[in-house]
Amino acid sequence: MPPRAGRRSSVRLLGLVLALGVLVAVVVLSIGFGARFLSPGEVWAGLWDPASPSYRIVHDMRLPRTLLGLMVGMALGLAGAIMQALTRNPLADPGLLGINAGASAAVATAAVFFGVGTFFGYVWFALAGAAIVTAMVYAVGGGRSATPARLALAGAALNATLLSYVSAVLLADTQAIDRMKFWTAGSLASADFATVERLLPFFAAGLLTGLLVARPLNALSLGDDAARALGARPAVIRAAVIVAVTLLCGSATAACGPIVFVGLLIPHMVRPFTGPDLRWLLPYTAILAPVLLLGADVLGRILGSPGELQVGTVTAVLGGPLFLYLVRAAR
Amino acid sequence: MTTVLDKPAARPRSIGSRVGVRPRAVVVGAAAALGAFVISVFSLGTGDFEIAPADVVTTLFGEGNPAHEFIIGELRLPRLITALLVGAALAAGGAVFQSLVRNPLGSPDMLGVTNGASTAALTVVILGGTSTQLSVAAVAGGLVATLLIQLIAGRALHGFRFILVGIGLAAILTGISGYLLTRGVQMENARALLWLTGSLDGRDWGQAVPMIVVLGVTLPFLLLACGPGLRMLEMGDDAASALGVPVPLLRNASLLAAALLVSFAAASAGPVNFVALIAPHLAKRLTRAPGPNLLPSIFVGALLLTGADFIAQHLLEDRALPVGVVTGLVGGAYLVWLLTTERRAGRI
Repeated sequence: MPPRAGRRSSVRLLGLVLALGVLVAVVVLSIGFGARFLSPGEVWAGLWDPASPSYRIVHDMRLPRTLLGLMVGMALGLAGAIMQALTRNPLADPGLLGINAGASAAVATAAVFFGVGTFFGYVWFALAGAAIVTAMVYAVGGGRSATPARLALAGAALNATLLSYVSAVLLADTQAIDRMKFWTAGSLASADFATVERLLPFFAAGLLTGLLVARPLNALSLGDDAARALGARPAVIRAAVIVAVTLLCGSATAACGPIVFVGLLIPHMVRPFTGPDLRWLLPYTAILAPVLLLGADVLGRILGSPGELQVGTVTAVLGGPLFLYLVRAAR
Repeated sequence: MTTVLDKPAARPRSIGSRVGVRPRAVVVGAAAALGAFVISVFSLGTGDFEIAPADVVTTLFGEGNPAHEFIIGELRLPRLITALLVGAALAAGGAVFQSLVRNPLGSPDMLGVTNGASTAALTVVILGGTSTQLSVAAVAGGLVATLLIQLIAGRALHGFRFILVGIGLAAILTGISGYLLTRGVQMENARALLWLTGSLDGRDWGQAVPMIVVLGVTLPFLLLACGPGLRMLEMGDDAASALGVPVPLLRNASLLAAALLVSFAAASAGPVNFVALIAPHLAKRLTRAPGPNLLPSIFVGALLLTGADFIAQHLLEDRALPVGVVTGLVGGAYLVWLLTTERRAGRI
């Protein structure tokens, strides 16, 4: 039914534009909220006009934080969506499956044993950690017998192992505990332009790979044989997905610590609207996941004032009940 | 609930089969108990003041010299007994959980019970509470977490839903713990992290006595009242209720008992990772018996924890490690192995 399909995709396009509007609103909020509230007009002036009194606030503090949140949100959402497609498992989330914890474990190792203290040092370790756990999760969860619950349990066990390793490693070095405690909770607070710049290449590479596999992953969802008949190469696609997930999760975790649920919830909330077609699902996820992350960050700043609640805590506390709701609703 | 031990009709020749006693299980349990005893003797004997194993044994039977009696009875025994009992409690709790959710990975450390205990304890540490308050909070936290999982998972307690709710709750609590850790200053955080890793340092009769009481109450209950029913429950709810097992009652009672054991263990030694996961699994592999294998698990758990503590004490020349580091490392390796073998066998 071509006409109906045409209408549906125009509705989806409209929805995408709306989602983009929401994202812009959240970005403005995220730049505006803080010790001194900036109105949207002041945010606009602060962005472009060096003479404006809000220019320094926006550029030194709020903008890098917002950009980092934007990138990390997109990265985690996209990683979750393509993991779910690859493992055909609706509960695949880089946080729940331990991929982010793998990156954290590697970063903690780097910080304590090798004295690494900067993002640029962390990120290689984080990528290695994420790669190992992604490969493991895939090895465990890629099989046909892997039910969602079993995969989630395997991930939870990995998660527990890795997080206990992180605290054991940090125990060896009390100064590291203090230095790393915000990072361990998952926080955007330490964002600056240098981190954003260094995250950018990894993030961009991951984003590009992630978006490019949308079409072949669609084919793969029909099964390996059908995908081959459609001209796709399953092994190449799987490798590309693992590379993309590693890049996205590794760099996001190196920048702001382990964050759960973002990659799980957004694809879930989007799917009823877009259907399983990744060519729609991925753009929606990429736009709405940062809405969740930045929204959680803003909420953390409001609830925690005069200090703040770490974004990792807010996503866990907000996302957790939603996850529980999904579990209850699923038959 | 004791009612429905399988009727002799099934295997009339052996009296042992009526209460589920298998020779292999007895051997495994005895071997683990013996191993735990040997390690106990060695760990009682080593330290700043060395005592020969023979002297340790005579002292334990009350015939040693006063110096040995003081060192062992006052300084080393409480720690050792705490280790043995915490290991046993974690193993028993883990065995019940794994049996209830019918998954070898479904241990209380994965399902949020331990996280409940640690989040509550962490709150007390950050607020600067005493160690008694910490213990009370840990017990309460573990029990509340269990109740929450049970409540959210709903009455129709399917294994997988219970697992997912537990995992979700664990993730939420991990987030909250992360926040709590950011609130503490450096010293508190070091104390908090040490507690979170699980440690037996400085444990005295104040930790050992509550463990004795809890184990004394819950273990007989689990072994006698719940064990046979749990074994039948592993065949499925329908089959079990057809055999006369009061399924909801059995589930809730054994879950509560297991949660009590795990929470008290966490209160005594911190949330020592992986003993609850590994001990029952190891016991089951060794005995090759169906069911939760409670008694062998308990001995294996005691052996594991005392063994891990012995290693933690002697691994490094210059200082002792917290026991949780050793169980974490060993447990992580075991987990990877478990995941690969279970995967190959198609069970995950």
